[in-house]
Amino acid sequence: MSRSRIVLGIVAAIVVAGAGVFAWIAFGPGPMDFAGGRAVPLAKYKAGSPTGVPADFASADPVERGKYLTIAADCQACHTAKGGTPFAGGLAFRLPFGTIWSPNITPDKETGIGNWTDAQFLAALREGKGPKGRLYPAMPYASYTYLTDADALAIRAYLATLAPVRRQTPALAFSWPFNQRWLMSIWGGLFNPNQRFEPNADRSPAWNRGAYLAEALGHCGECHTPRNLAQALDNRSKYAGAVAAGWRAFNLTADKATGVGGWSDAEIAQYLSQGHAPGRGTAAGPMGEAVDLSLSKLTKSDIAALVTYIRTVPAISTPDQPQPKTALAPATHALAAADQHAPLGKKIFEGACIGCHAWSGSGTLTGLATLNGTRAVNDPDATNVAQVIIQGASRSTPQGQSVMPAFGHAYSDAEIAAVANYVTARFGAKPSSVTAEQVAKLRKAN
Amino acid sequence: MVTLTVNGAAHDVDVPPDMPLLWVLRDVIGLTGTKFGCGIAQCGACTVHVDGQPLRSCQLAVGTLGTRAVTTIEAIGATTAGAKAQRAWLDLEVVQCGYCQSGQIMAAAALLATTPSPDDADIDAAMAGNICRCGTYVRIREAIKKAATAA
Amino acid sequence: MSVTTAPAGPALSRRALLQIGAAVGGGLLVGFVVRAEAAEQVVSGFAPNAFIRINPTGEIKLVMPQVEMGQGVYTSICMILAEELDADWHKVTFEHAPPSDALYGNPVFGLQATGNSNSIRAFWTPLRKAGAGTRAILVQAAAKGWGVDPASCRTGWSEVIHDASGRRIGYGALAGRAAGLKPPADPLLKDPSKFRLIGKSLRRLDTPDKVNGTAKYGIDAMPPGVKFATFAHAPVQGGKVAHVDDARAKSVPGFRQVVVLDDLVAVVGDHMWAALQGLAALDIEWADGANAGVDTAQVRDRLVKASSRPGVVAKTVGDVGKALGDDAIEAAYDVPFLAHATMEPMNCTVHVTAGRCEIWTGIQVMTRAQAVAAKVTGLPPEQVIVNNHLLGGGFGRRLEVDQVETAVRIAQHVTSPVKVVWSREEDIRHDVYRPAWHDRLSARLDGDRISAWRHIITGSSVLARWLPPAFVDGKDFDAVDCAADMPYDIPNFEVSHVREEPPGVTTGFWRGVGPAHNVFVIESFIDELAHRAGIDPVQFRLGMLGKAPRLQTALRYAAEKSGWGTPLPADCGRGVSVQPAFASWIANVTEVEVDGDGEVKLRRITCVVDTGIAVNPNTVAAQIQGGLVFGLTAALFGEITIDKGRVQQSNFHDYRMLRLNETPPIDVYVLQSGEAPGGIGEAGTTAAAPALANAIFAATGKRLRRLPIDRDVLAGRKEA
Ligand code: FES
Ligand code: FES
Repeated sequence: MSRSRIVLGIVAAIVVAGAGVFAWIAFGPGPMDFAGGRAVPLAKYKAGSPTGVPADFASADPVERGKYLTIAADCQACHTAKGGTPFAGGLAFRLPFGTIWSPNITPDKETGIGNWTDAQFLAALREGKGPKGRLYPAMPYASYTYLTDADALAIRAYLATLAPVRRQTPALAFSWPFNQRWLMSIWGGLFNPNQRFEPNADRSPAWNRGAYLAEALGHCGECHTPRNLAQALDNRSKYAGAVAAGWRAFNLTADKATGVGGWSDAEIAQYLSQGHAPGRGTAAGPMGEAVDLSLSKLTKSDIAALVTYIRTVPAISTPDQPQPKTALAPATHALAAADQHAPLGKKIFEGACIGCHAWSGSGTLTGLATLNGTRAVNDPDATNVAQVIIQGASRSTPQGQSVMPAFGHAYSDAEIAAVANYVTARFGAKPSSVTAEQVAKLRKAN
Repeated sequence: MVTLTVNGAAHDVDVPPDMPLLWVLRDVIGLTGTKFGCGIAQCGACTVHVDGQPLRSCQLAVGTLGTRAVTTIEAIGATTAGAKAQRAWLDLEVVQCGYCQSGQIMAAAALLATTPSPDDADIDAAMAGNICRCGTYVRIREAIKKAATAA
Repeated sequence: MSVTTAPAGPALSRRALLQIGAAVGGGLLVGFVVRAEAAEQVVSGFAPNAFIRINPTGEIKLVMPQVEMGQGVYTSICMILAEELDADWHKVTFEHAPPSDALYGNPVFGLQATGNSNSIRAFWTPLRKAGAGTRAILVQAAAKGWGVDPASCRTGWSEVIHDASGRRIGYGALAGRAAGLKPPADPLLKDPSKFRLIGKSLRRLDTPDKVNGTAKYGIDAMPPGVKFATFAHAPVQGGKVAHVDDARAKSVPGFRQVVVLDDLVAVVGDHMWAALQGLAALDIEWADGANAGVDTAQVRDRLVKASSRPGVVAKTVGDVGKALGDDAIEAAYDVPFLAHATMEPMNCTVHVTAGRCEIWTGIQVMTRAQAVAAKVTGLPPEQVIVNNHLLGGGFGRRLEVDQVETAVRIAQHVTSPVKVVWSREEDIRHDVYRPAWHDRLSARLDGDRISAWRHIITGSSVLARWLPPAFVDGKDFDAVDCAADMPYDIPNFEVSHVREEPPGVTTGFWRGVGPAHNVFVIESFIDELAHRAGIDPVQFRLGMLGKAPRLQTALRYAAEKSGWGTPLPADCGRGVSVQPAFASWIANVTEVEVDGDGEVKLRRITCVVDTGIAVNPNTVAAQIQGGLVFGLTAALFGEITIDKGRVQQSNFHDYRMLRLNETPPIDVYVLQSGEAPGGIGEAGTTAAAPALANAIFAATGKRLRRLPIDRDVLAGRKEA
């Protein structure tokens, strides 16, 4: 065989392999494909109505209904700067190649969306086509694409009732080639199915309602589903957990040890609606925000529907996130392994943390402070432990507001790393080895 | 209406169940020995005992107490460990402004009750959560050691 | 400030003009006036400004002109009075003085203020004379009764004794008779070698109540019918309330009322919880005003710029410009704003009724508290009753009266007595902060000595705001304290202060005042020069302390006790500093370990103090220990930063305190030198930062010219 033929052969092999990888990435399953069954047009699904507002809101006026859907879609979380006016945009998304700021979606004519037509709104929301160019997928249009026209326009109608806020969105600060918005049309072409929600005829109305809430409105997968090389959701590992915005979103699959397969329905429901389930953990960071702004305001029936849907996501085991250890730590301070693993961490823990978390980890004052059994302290990367130490957390419960202060300001990266390592070693299944450098990165991630 | 047992006496107090014990003690029952320092479980000034365990009363909702016995600085002298701590505190002149010392003594009494001969690490573990702005730490450590050896 | 550099201000008289009177029920009252012009104000006849009350049962009650905030001054004042009076220590009790500058004013300030570590310094002689004068009339009364020569009598514990006849009579029995007698103009003081109380580590009188929960601080005041309030200040200084929506607050259990003032919103409730919850449930809109753009970087830029402006020269010796030449060694230092964070948050209980205002609080400035309440209510000061309490920490914070002013403003809208308590967040965000300073230093080395020194101190003038009469010709003696009167012998020397007030931030006195900043800067730079000169830092200092023998002795002693010069493990270092602050001479050696992450572990501190006569040596040691912890807290963690006009710190999680498990063993040696007592409440604080920074340099070779210690710099993650 001549040399040139060998080279040609190799090139061909690479092209074929490349195409295979490309096809693997581009033609992966959709978010609801795991369920099998028959997808039917909405109008054909007679068992119930999975879209729109729940029965409790059936007689509410259109603005109230739009508000409920806006809350369920959690637009506010991203379209509000830290400490800023809701929906006026300005929250920074810091990515490796630059920063993008969420836009102002109040009805201000110049700086908001007051001048948009309904068609422009729908195109932006569901196709990522803004009037001034393509949107980056930081906006979850690949999820919102499943929204019905009616629901999308109800959201639009609600946003139109907000007080207009004049607030210019800062210009994109991405490096080349990422600053080329048109490239996003390729991305959208490949990864945005651009189709409306179709119920699964073989599933119950509750399941379909849950699917609509989780996929079209709540866009749970945007954080909980890992991404592929092209930064699109890889539904082959649907809900298997991922790190997003510097926080770990945990495995939500039915896996008993590492997912939520071992949780009762009531526990999942409580976690979603209150951000806390005893012995399972307390939501903080982006999940805490999702609970505060969105999930806690959903009706009981909608929470139940979400539980029904989430329960059916097939188990995927993620051994890098071991099964949470639930046993209490000793009630006295000495625990040789943990003490040696992070002596500086112990020193800080016994001063600043002990008052609420106790040596046993059992949260002597409020169940929200219980460490044992939580996903966070059982994450061997201690991502969320470190983040909670840096940023603190705040949960409103039926018993009142419960706050963990943010220690990031006064404690060094090394100290935060040491506390995280001590906490995982003392209360978790596997000690973490977070470094000061990693903490510095986590600080910058949000 | 919440019923509390404080220093051996029952108190019926008409307060919301989420109200922290600290304010019930100070503002409703009138036991002002327990102090407010931070309100976020960082300083220990509000430490009381609940069934002998030292807890931050600023974070402890009265509704969760049930029948558990609350002991405050006003009554800790009636316990062996509390009396020992108080005596050692006076012998070594630990106190300066004194504002943190109710909490310090409550923490120390709890330590002495469970760990009759604490070493430095035990003292760190029990006392590091209590801030003293006057900086009496060196003497607190000494006093606990002294109390431990007292008859 | 040291007494020697203090300006005359209000005329300073060390003569104690004794005033004798009879107490109701037959006892004896002794008062004294320490200031000349105050003496004129005191009407003829006895004014009830008693410092000493002896009742017929022999009980002796002493009235405390200064306030107790942990420094042990109640005990020390009692010891001084009881010493000269020869009182039975076990029969001595005390009470807080009512407000009166004329009667209880501090001789140095000219007002009833406790601060600047000068209670004992200022009252030392007057108190001794009061005690001795009282003793003299008791002796007179006894001698008269016995018909003997007073000179043939002596005193024992609360009794007069006539040895020749073997007769003795207790002070209680004499009290009534002594009341009519005239005290000697200049009573004879005891020879210090005869002291029986002073110099002994007696038990403090205020502590028993502090270990059993019965001690009453301002925050514990409970007048009948009291309600509780807390409030939010406008987050930016000068900001105003724009709009308040209280709909949600009204449904909080225990809620009573909302008080909306120009710059703050308060909620009154049946208990603090109701007030806190009610406040949290308010929707308040603020108009930020002119200071909404202030931030820390801008404040520092202004200081740096201002530092090249000519300042007010505090002291100049020789020809500094010439001696420094063009190649002087230079360095610039920065220290941040600091909050006081007294353990007892700011609070004040007030009851305003028609024609009367009653106040319960703990404050360092009694008469100012009264005056501000009078001003707010429009009442004459006599109709403002101030009940002072123990202070849960002062540190200079309670030299301000904003806690009283705020509370009275709120109380005017409340019919019952109201206890206004600041949340810790309000307390930290609306403090009167220790100034941020920028210091520029230049020096020239000549062999093993410094031949020229220039120090330009740039920062605000607390004195100008707090005590305007003492701010004469732009001179702020506090800002240059310990800098203008540096202990080193340097032939060419100049110290100046450039006054630069930060926008949107009020600055105030903070434990250690001027010296706490100046000693850090000076002793750090001296250390730099020692290393430049290649001379051991202790030797370098000793070589220039010829005119400060007490400091030389202290330094030698500290070097010996700390094992100066002996080998240390890797990553460890020792640092030294000396200071003449508050008329106490201190040498401090700090030993640290610094790890690869820049974490600083305090290993040990050895501090030697010559405070002259130590009235209560154990209290002196306690103050040094506590002061060091206070200073270390600031040096390691303390920094108030401002963004968009708002203070960013709020509570102990982000305004961090040193904790017990981070505190090293601290050995204090109190040298008894027989000189008049120096100040001690703040001296330890001043000594902390410089020795720490010098120890860190010894351990790492890194010179930190900014506080607090930046651990990223020590870890090599950031440039200094
Ligand atoms: S007041 Fe409770 S810990 Fe500070
Ligand atoms: S003695 Fe003052 S705070 Fe501890």
